Amino acid sequence: MLCQRCQKRNASVHFTQIINNKKTEMYLCEQCARENEKSDINMGAPLGLNDLLTGLLGINPNVHMGEAAPEQIHCEKCGMTYEEFQRTGKFGCSDCYEVFEQKLGPLFKRLHGSTGHVGKIPGNASSEIKSTREIEKLKELLNKSIQNEDYEKAAEIRDKIKRLSEQKLK
Amino acid sequence: MGRWYIDKGPESDVVISSRVRLARNFRKYPFPSKLDKEQGGRVLEEVKDAVFNSNSTLAGDVTFIDIKALNPIEKQSLVEKHLISPELAENGRESGLLISRDEKISIMINEEDHLRIQCMFSGMQISDAWKLCNNIDLLLESKIDFAFSRQYGYLTCCPTNIGTGIRASVMLHLPGLVMTGYIKGILEACGKLGVAVRGIYGENSYASGNMFQISNQVTLGQKEDEIVTGVTNIASQIIEQERMLRAELHRQNPYRFEDKIYRSFAVFSSARIISYEESLKLISDVRLGLDMGIIKGISIETLNEIMLLIQPASLQKTAGSVLGPDERDIKRAEIIRNKLKVN
Repeated sequence: MLCQRCQKRNASVHFTQIINNKKTEMYLCEQCARENEKSDINMGAPLGLNDLLTGLLGINPNVHMGEAAPEQIHCEKCGMTYEEFQRTGKFGCSDCYEVFEQKLGPLFKRLHGSTGHVGKIPGNASSEIKSTREIEKLKELLNKSIQNEDYEKAAEIRDKIKRLSEQKLK
Repeated sequence: MGRWYIDKGPESDVVISSRVRLARNFRKYPFPSKLDKEQGGRVLEEVKDAVFNSNSTLAGDVTFIDIKALNPIEKQSLVEKHLISPELAENGRESGLLISRDEKISIMINEEDHLRIQCMFSGMQISDAWKLCNNIDLLLESKIDFAFSRQYGYLTCCPTNIGTGIRASVMLHLPGLVMTGYIKGILEACGKLGVAVRGIYGENSYASGNMFQISNQVTLGQKEDEIVTGVTNIASQIIEQERMLRAELHRQNPYRFEDKIYRSFAVFSSARIISYEESLKLISDVRLGLDMGIIKGISIETLNEIMLLIQPASLQKTAGSVLGPDERDIKRAEIIRNKLKVN
């Protein structure tokens, strides 16, 4: 059996690591086992943001899991592969967000506790983005008006939402 | 050199400075790590064009600096003034800096993102820094099509910046919290509240001279104003704690407290050789003494100026030559004595 880390030498060490109750088992050659041990003991080195990020993505940068890489998706615009994204924790271009979209929800949830932007939008954003944001705002207002039993205002807002939604469909 | 480094701002007894930065990217180009030289050059040109042909006060106020053309000391001195990040100084790409005359505005080009718009003020002025950043953003977005998605907001190279792309931070001097050991609890609480605490040079740097930078961690799912207010509120609580502890420490044992400050001041003002590390430690005590009215006769402004001048690269820039570590330590002591007007 080949070493799962270097994929070159014969594996002679069975290595088990338990982090947060998650067990990782690896078969390593002696040299990789030693290096692996070193990297574990070396607690003095500051844990960088990258390490944490890649940790969130489910990969320990010091350890190559022996498993097959996830589906070979890659970004056409910048050439970023999912493997590279996992390793570096960085996107290559704005298209990467669409290419890796399925993987991003949980990551953003863990990083930010949220998956949706509510802050400012560029002035030149498409009118679709703007009207969607406007509708979201109006819906909030609508709920408030209903809670306050201000049904007249609620009706007004409801009509406004309806108009905007129709415009959007066109 | 910009005055803001030296001026004392609001809450200057605890807050050294406030900073807000926005991360923005072109939609049409890959992020800087994936840019070739030619594309990198185009990003530089387009940003320069957007600023200099904008018919705004900004156009007349900023100058462009080509990072590649700087020598290591010049680069490092920009890092020491927080005008550029260590990443921009070292990345070796087609990168540049637009910097305002008063050095409050710095726009990094081709750092991790195409644009890092940064505004810095002395003391506690995060909301002013945010307002200025926002105005620059509004100006640039009229010329540049930024990478933006309805779902994720402004798209950035690192997932930790997406959404608003905002990082709002304040630099705090917290000797009271460190002396009493309460800092540990504060750091833990900050972590739980989504606020990051770092040393003075940001990511991966450790706190020296009792200086701590606190900033928001979350950039997605909150509005910019909420983020700025969040950091302000947490900072305000830390400031109150710090003031209370300083007063209490002094009350409990005034002789010991004042002795520590006077001893530090004595060494600080008469040393002939002083390392950067040691001077940061002493500055912390001297600053505390000044803030509490124990040391008189020198101003916070003088201390701020010293703090800026004695950093390794700034020191060599002032000296006009490359100095070895020993020469730097001698020069540093000389600058301190000069500025304090003692011999």
